[in-house]
Amino acid sequence: MSSAGMNLTLKVWRQAGPDAKGEFRTYNLPNVSEHMSFLEMLDVLNERLIQMGEEPVAFDHDCREGICGMCSLMINGQAHGPDKETTTCQLHMRRFRDGDTIVIEPWRAKAFPVLRDLVVDRAPLDRIMSKGGFVSVNTGNAQDANCLPVPKRDQEKSMDAAACIGCGACVAACKNASAMLFVSAKVSQLALLPQGKPERSRRVLNMVAQMDEEGFGSCTNTSECEAACPMGISVTNIARLNREYLRATLCSEETV
Amino acid sequence: MARVADTPLDGRIPSGPISEKWDNRKFDMKLVAPNNKRKYDVIVVGTGLAGSSAAASLAEMGYNVKAFCYQDSARRAHSIAAQGGINAAKNYPNDGDSVHRLFYDTVKGGDYRAREANVYRLSQVSGSIIDQCVAQGVPFAREYGGLLANRTFGGAQVSRTFYAKGQTGQQLLLGAYSALMRQVGAGKVKMFPRQEMMDLIVVDGVAKGIVCRDMVTGKLTAHTAHAVLLCTGGYGNVFYLSTNAKGCNVTAAWRCHKRGAYFANPCYTQIHPTCIPVSGSYQSKLTLMSESLRNDGRVWVPKSADDKRAPGEIPEDDRDYYLERRYPAFGNMVPRDVASRAAKERCDAGFGVGTTGQAVYLDFKQAIARDGEDVIRAKYGNLFHMYQKITDENPYSVPMQIYPAVHYTMGGLWVDYNLQSTVPGLFVLGEANFSDHGANRLGASALMQGLADGYFVVPYTVGDHLAKGGQDRVSDDHPAVQEALANVQGRTDKLLGIKGTRSVDSIHRELGQIMWNKCGMARNAQGLAEAAEEIRALRDVFWNDVKVMGQGEALNQNLEHAGRLSDFLEFAELFAIDALHREESCGGHFREEHQTEDNEARRDDDNFCYAAGWEFQGVGEEPVLHKEPLEFNEVPLTTRSYK
Repeated sequence: MSSAGMNLTLKVWRQAGPDAKGEFRTYNLPNVSEHMSFLEMLDVLNERLIQMGEEPVAFDHDCREGICGMCSLMINGQAHGPDKETTTCQLHMRRFRDGDTIVIEPWRAKAFPVLRDLVVDRAPLDRIMSKGGFVSVNTGNAQDANCLPVPKRDQEKSMDAAACIGCGACVAACKNASAMLFVSAKVSQLALLPQGKPERSRRVLNMVAQMDEEGFGSCTNTSECEAACPMGISVTNIARLNREYLRATLCSEETV
Repeated sequence: MARVADTPLDGRIPSGPISEKWDNRKFDMKLVAPNNKRKYDVIVVGTGLAGSSAAASLAEMGYNVKAFCYQDSARRAHSIAAQGGINAAKNYPNDGDSVHRLFYDTVKGGDYRAREANVYRLSQVSGSIIDQCVAQGVPFAREYGGLLANRTFGGAQVSRTFYAKGQTGQQLLLGAYSALMRQVGAGKVKMFPRQEMMDLIVVDGVAKGIVCRDMVTGKLTAHTAHAVLLCTGGYGNVFYLSTNAKGCNVTAAWRCHKRGAYFANPCYTQIHPTCIPVSGSYQSKLTLMSESLRNDGRVWVPKSADDKRAPGEIPEDDRDYYLERRYPAFGNMVPRDVASRAAKERCDAGFGVGTTGQAVYLDFKQAIARDGEDVIRAKYGNLFHMYQKITDENPYSVPMQIYPAVHYTMGGLWVDYNLQSTVPGLFVLGEANFSDHGANRLGASALMQGLADGYFVVPYTVGDHLAKGGQDRVSDDHPAVQEALANVQGRTDKLLGIKGTRSVDSIHRELGQIMWNKCGMARNAQGLAEAAEEIRALRDVFWNDVKVMGQGEALNQNLEHAGRLSDFLEFAELFAIDALHREESCGGHFREEHQTEDNEARRDDDNFCYAAGWEFQGVGEEPVLHKEPLEFNEVPLTTRSYK
């Protein structure tokens, strides 16, 4: 318990726009409470910058309770910072020490261009979803929910994959900026459920094709994505994605 | 006091017995033929449960949809944060549930200030929502036999809540988002993320489009269409600290209000009993701990105000399980407004715990002893994890500390039975409208209402508007379009031109203090009158001394916040006026002057059994009150009791 608060040195990536040249700028921030969240610490920095007449640092955030997937940030080189299974908004300053220097960067990936400061464009993830991340059932088509029993184990595995918040940390953490963990989470969720079976082959082929189209890199099985994932999505899902892809390519009549 | 309109507001409720009203309306409505639907454009603002489900359903039917959200992806709307569950009258547990019982519980839970016909329809379609979500692949919790599991929520004595761990909102939204993305892929929905709606375009009294600001480039664009659906959520952030996402705001709804849409019951705000207490002055938001926790957690404070022992050292005999004591029939599962007031009462009386005394315990010790830690972890693991992240305390071994916080707003734009506002062509869905929850919303009912409106109500009612003469479309050079664009540009320029000394955030925090202290859990006439005065004064400070950084034609989060705050500062005054005029206590609206001897809310059905729809007359001008009388034919008006 330090009552005076921490003195921090922040090295923050500043970039005025998508085509502007970016640079690190250094700010000293005194008296940071250990109970603050990381984003509250940035709020305090921004209030100081506004007082001094400098434009505040732009960063994406919304729910601030770890579920919307809007917040991001590479903190000292780690996606969402040092804590396991924790988004940046849920990271608290008690994790840092008085006198620390903290380097804050945007997600780094060719497919996620910087829009301003720490804000990047993650639209490619939506485009992948639009190619197959769904069950084709129009409103009003559904039968009674209990007509379709799902084994509890399958439902639980499906739920674990469905927990993905689409933040893009897996891409940012990967040396190849691969989106395999993101894609595999949706493919797995639906492949594990009977509802997903009719479109199983189409789904995996189309989503993988769009993933490649967007310029995401290949998977090299180093599992950085799993280590960075705030929801603890397992790379087992990538193995399932590969099996689904192989199955669709060899055993189905579907083509992209 | 407020000027009252002569003629009452007409909710256009269909005729017939309550169970046949929706069928009657569906039959009476005009239809748009399948091959004509492609001739119509519909704008959907907001992509939470209501917006995503409406946009997807309308596109499936053949309409051309443009969907807008301020986040970088439709999947991030704040519905995603709903934790506990969604109600439906499936009666799978065979415990006597029915459409009528869900309807009854919801009307009673809303303290008899909702429109009966709407609530009945909500209950009727509740089962179809679960069917639809399961068909989409929403991984609801299941029993070993493979069938769906249920749990209990506040204000009910049956188990009708479906859930997906503590992430039900996330899974339902991702289901609706997947349906939306499917239509984006099919070319029937054009998605506009990072766009903020700044104004409504009204031509000859009919909604014909919106003006949006591109939040990356700052460019203003007008979008015209044949109908506009507002699905923009609630206004809880008028309190600065709430469980809402930071971006949640009243701007879209307020600007529609200024264009003629009446705002109903703004003072009905839900203060949720189980949130993590405030820890410091830098606090940016509050975090909810799901109501479902009260299924297994017991709420208590020490019996003696002087008892400063650690919670684990306080023996059973020295604990006051005050909810179980005061409300033996419902115990810890009383509705939110009742639980919140009870917590405030204990803390105000000096029994609060923690460093500030503004907290009570939510204790899982007995549940863990009874079921084992693994069972509790399976049910609430992510919530316990979140609690530990924020507080640095382990709730498996130490009781949680909780305190009420602003969570949901039952008030919103006034809509008729078809969810159409007082501006024809403008429909309002989900939390943004006022209709279904009365003065208090029951747990697990927000998700139900958002999806009911979007999947099963508005797809029919929009068609009726279009078929009855909504065919005309305005061109981009129409004077009304140009006027709306100029209006938004003028406001943006004004904000950037003030160049004062006060930061946007500091003024927002000050507004939040006024709201929490004088328009919060307990209100009185003097405090509310002072609040209105202070809000007006703060609005002057804002427009004379705010300091907004940067440019209009760029990504500028400071400008976004300033624009939203400027609307909150106008809206807050209406909030206080509404709370002041409602001389009764009901649901989340508790007036200290109107309470029973044992501190329960005292309604005044003779004088206040109506929805208050306010008509805008100008900033700082006295609004006109339009009353929609509420009739209770099915659920007789009685004093709500959970004892």
